[in-house]
Parts: sequence; C-alpha cells; structure tokens
Amino acid sequence: MSPETADGPVIEVTDLRVAIGRREIVHGVSFALHRGQTLGLVGESGSGKSMTVLAATGLLDAPASRVTGSSVLRGAGTTQLVGASPRTLRAVHGNEIGFVFQDPSTSLNPLLTLGRQITEPLEVHRHLTRRAARSRALELLTAVGIPDPETRLDGYPHQLSGGQRQRVMIAVALACDPLMLVADEPTTALDVTTQAQIIELVRDLQERTGTAVVWISHDLGVIGQVADDVVVLREGAAVEQAPILDVVDRPRHPYTRELLAARPVLGHPGPAPADADTPVLLRAEELDVHFPVTTPTGRSTVHAVDHVSFAVRRGCTLGIVGESGSGKSTIANVLTGLVRASSGSVHLEDTDVLAARGSALRALRRRIAMVFQDPFSSLDPRVRVDGAIGEPLRVHRLAARHGGRDARVRELLDLVGLPEAFASRYPHELSGGQRQRVSIARALALDPEVVILDESTASLDVSIQAKVLDLLADLQRELGLTYLFIAHDLAVVQQMSHDVLVMQHGRTVEQRPAAALFEAPEADYTRRLLAAIPPARPRVAG
Amino acid sequence: MTLVDPSLPDPLPHEPGVAEPADGAPVPPEPAGRLSAVRLLATNPVTVAAAVVLVVVVVLAVLGRWIAPYGENEVDVVNALQPPSGAHWFGTDELGRDVLSRVVLATGVSLQVALVSVTFAFVVGVTVGIVSGFTRGWLDTVLMRLVDVMFAFPVLLLALAIVAVLGPGLLTTMLAIGVVYTPIFARVARASTLSVAVEPYVQASRTMGTPSWFTLGRHVLPNISGPLIVQTSLSLAFAILSEAALSFLGLGVQPPSPSWGRMLSEAQGFLGQAWWMSVFPGLAIFVTALAFNLLGDGMRDVLDPKQRTVIEARRKR
Repeated sequence: MSPETADGPVIEVTDLRVAIGRREIVHGVSFALHRGQTLGLVGESGSGKSMTVLAATGLLDAPASRVTGSSVLRGAGTTQLVGASPRTLRAVHGNEIGFVFQDPSTSLNPLLTLGRQITEPLEVHRHLTRRAARSRALELLTAVGIPDPETRLDGYPHQLSGGQRQRVMIAVALACDPLMLVADEPTTALDVTTQAQIIELVRDLQERTGTAVVWISHDLGVIGQVADDVVVLREGAAVEQAPILDVVDRPRHPYTRELLAARPVLGHPGPAPADADTPVLLRAEELDVHFPVTTPTGRSTVHAVDHVSFAVRRGCTLGIVGESGSGKSTIANVLTGLVRASSGSVHLEDTDVLAARGSALRALRRRIAMVFQDPFSSLDPRVRVDGAIGEPLRVHRLAARHGGRDARVRELLDLVGLPEAFASRYPHELSGGQRQRVSIARALALDPEVVILDESTASLDVSIQAKVLDLLADLQRELGLTYLFIAHDLAVVQQMSHDVLVMQHGRTVEQRPAAALFEAPEADYTRRLLAAIPPARPRVAG
Repeated sequence: MTLVDPSLPDPLPHEPGVAEPADGAPVPPEPAGRLSAVRLLATNPVTVAAAVVLVVVVVLAVLGRWIAPYGENEVDVVNALQPPSGAHWFGTDELGRDVLSRVVLATGVSLQVALVSVTFAFVVGVTVGIVSGFTRGWLDTVLMRLVDVMFAFPVLLLALAIVAVLGPGLLTTMLAIGVVYTPIFARVARASTLSVAVEPYVQASRTMGTPSWFTLGRHVLPNISGPLIVQTSLSLAFAILSEAALSFLGLGVQPPSPSWGRMLSEAQGFLGQAWWMSVFPGLAIFVTALAFNLLGDGMRDVLDPKQRTVIEARRKR
C-alpha cells in the first residue's frame, strides 16, 4: 500500500442517498473509514445496511435505483465510486475492495476448484501467471487456516464445512490485498464457535495487512467484538454514529437503547424452577435415528441421534442446544412424525408416540404441535391467514361449521396479539414477526399440550425476537403449555428453559436444570459453547 | 443479500390512523376491498383481448355451420385456386372450396382436439406427477420409468402406433395426442412437486396430521400451478399442430372434414401458387394459440397472491 494513503480515510462516504423508483431507501448516510479500522453497520432487516454499503461501493444494481451523494475511495488514485463507469468499478471490485457475503454455501461456485476461485482475481487484476497465482492462493489458504491447503486447492466447495467455506471466501476477498474489506453478515449463517473463529481470523488478518473493514451485522454482540466505530441504521437513516464504547455505554438515540435492551444476553434469570413433583409429560428413552446415505465411497450411515433420553415436565420448557448437525432438529422431526426413529421409545403420558397409527396417531397430532424456524417459508404463500390457522381445525373437523371456525381463528389471532383484520391477509402482506405469530396461532389451534419450537425465533430481528419470546412465555403461563425449545442461541435458551439438553454430533453432552447448567457447566463442550458467545461488553472495553 | 424488488409495492408505509399491531414491524397495507380473480383478470387489457378472441373462436366452433358462407365441401372446380375476393374472402382451394368456410367449420374440430387431448394429458399427467413427486420411493421409480419409456418414443411415432391400433378417427386422434402429451405434464408436475414438497409449509401441514390428499390439493397443486399453466397453454397450441401431422398422414380427422392442421398440410403442395390456402388456417392456429398463451399468463399472475398485490396496487395508482 502506498504511504500517502496511510493518513487520510480509505473511503469517505458523504450524504449517500439511494432511491428505488420514487422512493428513497437510504437517507443521506455519511461515514469515513481509516486504514486498519473497522466500521460496524448495525440495524434490523430492512434498515438499509446492505443497500448503503452496496451503493457506496458501486455494487448496487437494483433496477430503477438511483444513487446520489459521494463515495471516494483513496487507493493508488482517488476514485469516486458513485456514478462510476462499469469499467472503473471492475478495476476496483475484488482488487481494492474485497467482499465476503452471508451465505458461504452459495457464494462459492460449486463447479470450480477452490484454487481457481482464489486465483481468478489475481490473474484478472494483478496479471499474475497461473503458477504465481497458485502459490499466492496457497499462501492465502494457509493464512485463513484451512488445514492441508495444498490438497484443498484442487478440492471443491462441497468438500468443506460452512466455516471453512467462509474462510475460503475471506481468502478470495483478500487475494489482491484490498484496501477495504466489506463483510456482509459473514457469521450469521455459522455456528457460534465457528463465528468466534471467523471474527478472530478477520481481526488477525486485519492487524497484519492493515485492511479497513466494513462489517455489517444485525448482532450488536458481534459488532462489539469487531468494530471501532458503529453506525446504527434504522429505516435507511443513521440514527447514531459513534465509537463502539459510547454506543454501548451512552446510547443517545432511543432506538439504540431499544436494540441494546432487546438483544439476548447470557445471565437472564429465566423462568422460575418447576416444582419437583410436576409430572413428566413427554419422555424419550434411548432415542436413536440413523439415515442411510450414499457417498462416493459407497453407502454409509449418518447417526443423527445417538441414544438420547430426556424428559419434559408438564408446563415446563426443555431447551435443546447444539450446533448445526447436532441432531436437535431430528428430534423435533421424530416427535412430529416427519422422520422415523430407528429405535428407542417416546411416550406422551401413556401414549407411545412412535407406535401410534390410525386414529391414535391423529389424536396424537392434536397433542403435539410445532412452530418452524422460518416464518417466510412455513406459511403457504397462496393461503390466507384464516386458511392457515383454520387448516388444523378443518383437518381434525373441529369447530366444523364455518362460523365456528372463523370465531376460533379470531380468538387465536387475538391470543397471539394480532388484530382480527389480519385474517384476510396473505403471508407476504405480513412482517416476519407477524408471520411467526400466525405460525404460533396455527400451532395452538388444536389446543396442544406440547409445542415444539424449532429455532422459532432465530430468524427474527432482536427487538421482534424479544417480543415473540415474551409472547411464548405468556402463552405457557396462560395455557399451561409444555415447550421443547430448540435453539443454537444459548442466551435465548437460558431465558426460556427450565431444563437444558446440550447435544453434539447426535449425542447428549449434558442435561441439567437450566440454572445449574449455566451456573457451572460440567462438560467441556458446554463451556466452549458458552465461551464462544460474544460477551455483552465490547472487546475494546477490555 | 436481498435487494428490494422495485416492482413490488412500497412495503412499509406506517399508515397514520391504522393501529400498529404487535412487533411494530413494517407491514404492507392491506389492499382495500379485494377483487375476485375474475374481476382482476378483467383489469388486464391483454388478458381481456385474449379472452375475447377465445370467445369468438368458441362461437365460431358452435355456430360455424350458420356463419360459414359456403358448405365445407361445396366443390366448384371452375373457381379453383382463386385468390381472396369479395365472393371468397379467404380465396378458394384446389377444388374450388371456400377457404373461409372451411377455416370456420374446422374451428370446432381443432378446438375439440386441443381441449380434449390436453385435458386428458393434464389430468393424468399431473396426477401421476404429483403422486410420484410427493410419495417418492418405489412408486416414484416405477411411474417415472414408465414416463421415460413414453418419452423414448418420438411423439409422432407413438401417436401413430396408438392410432394404428385403435383405428383412425377423431376420438382416437384426441386420445393419441392426449397420451403423447401426458409424460410432459407428469415430468413438469413432478419436478415442481419435488421442490414444493420440502417447503416448510408442506411439512407444517403434515405435522398437523393432515391427510396427504388434502396437502396435495391445498398446498402442492396451487404452488405448482405456474409452470403447469405455462405448459398447458403451450400444449394447446402444439396439440392443434400434432393433429395436423396425424391428419397429414391420413390418420387424424378423416377427409373430407376439414381441420386447421389438415388444411395446412393439404395446402403444402400449393405454397407457390396459392398462399391463402396455408396462410389463413395458419393464422387461425396462431391467433388461437396466442390467445391461450396470453390468457394463461394473465391467469398465472392473478392466481399468485404476490402478483395480485402488485396488480391491485397498480390499479389504485
């Protein structure tokens, strides 16, 4: 990097506005970023975080979009990125600005070797020979901590885990020693331990190369770990802009305070412990699930759930935590009949869940309901809210007459805090939080005893997540519901659960009352999970 | 990363006076007073035009006998191969028959072949396809291998074989074309079902204890309707042409009854001398097929709630 760029900001964005059609989406955002610094962009979905950065870096190509203001990149020369020609932008992208996006499973080309994907920008921008580019690629893979980089160069993305893919994405982004790295929710799709590693990796690389980083995230915890300065965005406007410590300790804008208050933090007291004599409602013993899979080396078996036992007491919540692939969702699928167990038993009071057939099974389906993770895909886009909530009633011939069903739908909408008028809306006419409320209403339609919540709040914004968690807690108290609360977020699990089951690779790691588990985790794995959670205090606070 | 699709209506106006429900999150306004699908269809001028054309075609099919100025087989050798004139608007063919009358009188046959054969293919193909895609397992394998076998035969050869076995005639022609088009519908339906069946809303429906037939009818079928509608409108046009090919080989509609396809194939020998013999039946096929396609497009948009919101929002502006 040339010495004259060391002092001034690497990028200076002034009064950036983005309009799509006649509507302004980003309203005059300004920021400057110096070498070796990290700027955190925080906001909820739809706040314009990505839009701002895409517009500032000239990567926005939404039809009918109009960007005004200024965004000056000071590299070898000074480049105005707003309104720059495609030719200028091509020379900048991948060369002076590197990008890492959210989903590592789709941002690498599945048909190209990893080596090819890293060498491509080097050959295009730096005009390196194949051989030189390859040795640089090897260096980069080593730097981002990919084991056995020599062989990996000729490997394909599907041979890597999600975390490793994100490391490769970072290697691609850093290939040309960019002045600036844009990381758009780079850890959101990753497990908490992998997230911690990626944060560490970016910080480490940044120290070595002095790259400026713009880190976009909805998670204040993550931003606290990476950022020096923070811009809080809301509906396309920067409501607060300050060093991270000021934002956390002295938030000035009410929205920032709201965000800080809503984020799930470890140490939440959680529900009062249940009485010791509360009867067990749902009991699983030695539950075992394996699937046959076909691999290039022949047929093998995936042991998704490995002899897991648990019991949930009536009116209580069992939190099941673990990273992706730990088998927690498979348990939910066994209980709802989507997956067949290989062995073991599950009893709901005296009913054998796994052996139920015919009318017994239908009766069982009324007693166990499930709320899915993604409120955008768990509601049929072609069925109105009243149809969705009314479906279980219709299927089980409850409240059979039309008027009766409508009345029940209204009652359920009211229960989850939605106005009756929503009955005639289609899912796409609702926000994420409202859709999840509709999903909850649908699950409650049959007056179930057990509700399985499979990452049911994971894809919601923090402030909405907080409200939905409150709703769930209220419903549990009012209706005496028993929850199986599956989540990867330990803070949320602590807030909701009476007991906690920690799983890894399909096995039980630890299973204890929540208070005891969070107080003094026994298993190493639990301790590692807890340690990987971004702390409430920003890193700079020490 | 999601970019805002600018074609969508403004997603988040916090309307004053509207009580903000829980979550305070951005919500698109509810369209005031939903229109029925038919009324919505009527707001699209292209769809309306297509519907009007089809109505005219149907009227011709039903009342053709009274509308046509001449009989379909009124031979007038003296006036053979006359270009379009006041007496014969579409000219005459090699036997002096009035082309306009034959085009009008063929409407019924061609339309019948298209509708009956495609309906057959749709019902059988879609049933096979969604059952196959939804149940998977051995049933899927068996059904799909059957479909593969049918695909392996060239379309015309298979139709020929069926007609050869059952004997030529209108009914056999329709059956043959229907059978030939069935595997296409089965494939399209299966492919779409495979992707829809893993959607959480289908799984959610299953966890409630919903019977499969209900899930298929309520969630799967409506959500695969887009590709099916496109396939249907394409097939309607192709069915008219397939009938032409069969008739050309003497296996479809038997002479002297006219069909558009048959007229096209008969005109082949006179392309240089009498363009009107091929252009007018060709135009009839083209206009009808186009009308089916445009109506299909309009229906697909109206049946998709997201597109509907866009249409409704556009109307309000």
